[in-house]
Amino acid sequence: MNVIKKLMMLALLVVPAMAAANVGPVLDKASYNLYDQASLQRGAKYFVNYCLNCHSASYMRYNRLTDIGLTEQQIKDNLLFTGAKVGDTMETALNKKEAKAFFGATPPDLTVIARARGADWLYTYLRGFYKDESRPTGWNNVAFDKVGMPHVLYQLQGEQELHVEKHGEHVTQKLVLAKPGTMKPAEYDAMVSDLVNYLVWMGEPMKTQRIVIGLGVLLFLGLFFIVAYMLKKEYWKDIH
Amino acid sequence: MTKQLEKLVGWIDDRFPLTSTWKAHLSEYYAPKNFNFWYFFGSLALLVLVIQIVTGIFLVMNYKPDAAIAFASVEYIMRDVPFGWMIRYMHSTGASAFFVVVYLHMMRGLMYGSYRKPRELIWIFGMCIYLALMAEAFMGYLLPWGQMSYWGAQVIVNLFSAVPFIGEELSLWIRGDFVISDATLNRFFAFHVIAVPLVLLGLVVAHLVALHEVGSNNPDGVEIKKHKDPVTHIPLDGIPFHPYYTVKDIAGVVVFLMVFSAIVFFAPSMGGYFLEDNNFIPADPLKTPLHIAPVWYFTPFYAILRAVPPMFGSQFPGVIAMGVAVVVLFFLPWLDRGRVKSIRYRGVIYKVWLTLFIISFVGLGWLGIQPATPLYTLLARILTGVYFAFFFLMPWYTKIDKTKPEPERVTG
Amino acid sequence: MSNKEVDRSKRRFLIAATTAVGGVAAAGVAVPFIGSMLPSERAKAAGAPIELDVSKIEPGMMVSAEWQGKPVWVVHRSKEMLDALSKNDANLADPASEVPQQPDYCKNPTRSIKPEYLVAIGICTHLGCSPTYRPEVGAADLGADWTGGFFCPCHGSRFDLAARVFKGVPAPTNLVIPKHTYLSDSRLLIGDDSKGA
Repeated sequence: MNVIKKLMMLALLVVPAMAAANVGPVLDKASYNLYDQASLQRGAKYFVNYCLNCHSASYMRYNRLTDIGLTEQQIKDNLLFTGAKVGDTMETALNKKEAKAFFGATPPDLTVIARARGADWLYTYLRGFYKDESRPTGWNNVAFDKVGMPHVLYQLQGEQELHVEKHGEHVTQKLVLAKPGTMKPAEYDAMVSDLVNYLVWMGEPMKTQRIVIGLGVLLFLGLFFIVAYMLKKEYWKDIH
Repeated sequence: MTKQLEKLVGWIDDRFPLTSTWKAHLSEYYAPKNFNFWYFFGSLALLVLVIQIVTGIFLVMNYKPDAAIAFASVEYIMRDVPFGWMIRYMHSTGASAFFVVVYLHMMRGLMYGSYRKPRELIWIFGMCIYLALMAEAFMGYLLPWGQMSYWGAQVIVNLFSAVPFIGEELSLWIRGDFVISDATLNRFFAFHVIAVPLVLLGLVVAHLVALHEVGSNNPDGVEIKKHKDPVTHIPLDGIPFHPYYTVKDIAGVVVFLMVFSAIVFFAPSMGGYFLEDNNFIPADPLKTPLHIAPVWYFTPFYAILRAVPPMFGSQFPGVIAMGVAVVVLFFLPWLDRGRVKSIRYRGVIYKVWLTLFIISFVGLGWLGIQPATPLYTLLARILTGVYFAFFFLMPWYTKIDKTKPEPERVTG
Repeated sequence: MSNKEVDRSKRRFLIAATTAVGGVAAAGVAVPFIGSMLPSERAKAAGAPIELDVSKIEPGMMVSAEWQGKPVWVVHRSKEMLDALSKNDANLADPASEVPQQPDYCKNPTRSIKPEYLVAIGICTHLGCSPTYRPEVGAADLGADWTGGFFCPCHGSRFDLAARVFKGVPAPTNLVIPKHTYLSDSRLLIGDDSKGA
């Protein structure tokens, strides 16, 4: 009978306590620019090539990529692999049940992942894989401990190791590149930045548009206020 | 043209009280002439209600109350429906705006004693509106079916299981399942879009009818009906609501809309306070997010709930405290024994208590978002004490407070 | 209230100005709400142009495809069928397709780009039923002079094999010919005529 009560206790007491105990990882600052279409287009390419094999973006339609300067023909020629139509959403070929067996969890949909996790977390995560033989995949991550996902980009980034140093009570963690990949660290960082830029854009593709509309609306309301205030002043002459 | 219009109005008046209603509630409803900034929030609350109803209707056109596709249907609105994102952000911002406006409106009531005789029923209807609004907001928050929707609902519904003897059955009955599920989503949807809005509309009408029966209070807390023109019987300090307060409220509405639009278009998530990050992860009944807190407008009460330690192995005392924290507001008209209504003529004691109350309410609101560390728990307990002391000691301190004499007529 | 002079014309002007700006505001607010009821991206994607391989249709046969949720017929008309088209002119309501129920490039005796392929939307212009394909010449229930065509079971409208309506039936106009084009000899694109050959 007490399952629910326990759950409640857990939610009320343990969870906030856990949150207090759980000091999150230190995140690296991501630099992204939603107005940089070239970066977004590169990010889209990386996303389709590396992420979409296992992750879906089920609420994102391919033809929405026209918003970042691609034509439908370009999308068809360069980004559509699975026989999807240009108006379709980004689904993955991966079988969800098999994926759960492989990785221990179904790879989450990435459409709004940037809104849930934030750009800095994604940037840290994508650069934060390190070798850890105790994990089934051989990989662990500084932003996401015991992550189920293997390091998909290791050929590009190379293999990192986590060096833990203790200075008395102070513990520092440092990622060290043990085996270089095909990209230089700066190149890899730039690539991840593009990818994060794309993920942020995909999380809310209307963001740049809403800011433009918002400016117009505020300007209009400013005008409205002037007129309404003059009207109020005129009538309130009677009272004051 | 005007003649024909007059004829039409006359035709309607013979069949429907058009002109007399207009007069009774607008052009010949006499409101005190000294309303200040605080008196905007009543009409603004009405505006937000309209915004919520209209945007809500258009959201329902595309939202699907089905656990399997609810989250997807919200993203469908955000991406695929033309202007869907704008309507959704208006609705989500409107929810928070509603509480901002209502809290300020209630604050006004506290400051100027608007709940005092003869306005007790206005206050009680208003409190009922506030309760309905909390139910509306709580059930609406489940609909996006994200992690915060899910676990927020899970925790709140489980509060009912702390009720002695019938708790388990009660929470089971509310959910219609052993956990929050599709059944819960469907019934919350029904309540959110039909039942509670109907109740809300009825209460708003009652609130306004009661207000127009006794007339508005004002920052001086004196009755304008005491001094009427001997010939016209119009209160000497009263001015017709239309056109004076309509034109004033229009200007206020525009300012409000500027703030509202700035949030909708530039910061719809409000840094995670209006739309929480975790709610962009679909509901997962097997995985609780690390840190869950209710939306900001519930956090003062949530902090009170957490501040009360479990007694006799039950969370019930905390739940009771939270309930009392809301319900005690109903009794305000009878707890306040002050000789004057407005804070302008109250003594130092009341001013100090009201300040302490505001600090405790805002402080509890902040603590409700924080993780419960020992320090914060202690703070929350102190502030909870202050919160209740404000009400329970009120009959005593309002009576002994040294008040200043009220003016006969309104000032300024 | 004081009895100061009231500048009526100023008030009238300010009321007019506020009303005008308020009207613009109301119209502006209406745009997203009315706009939100237009087809969504999903509906547009589902209603996107479709491709069809016409070489697989045997002469005399019809295939039905779905475009924007509506049935689209593609009939491979045999030589006999094409020859029979002109015989009915006197009995047709609009034999020359004067009513714009087709793109301009289909305003011809066969109502098609390639005479042998008829592409038409299979929705009766009377009340929206979907007529049946009745190619049999002189079918027993349709009369000895029936040269093949479409028959609407709902209210008995009749159309010939160029989807033209007969006189004296409830349907007022010929069936609609959708925009279409041939991307190659056999690849037909329905719903879009801006690209292709």
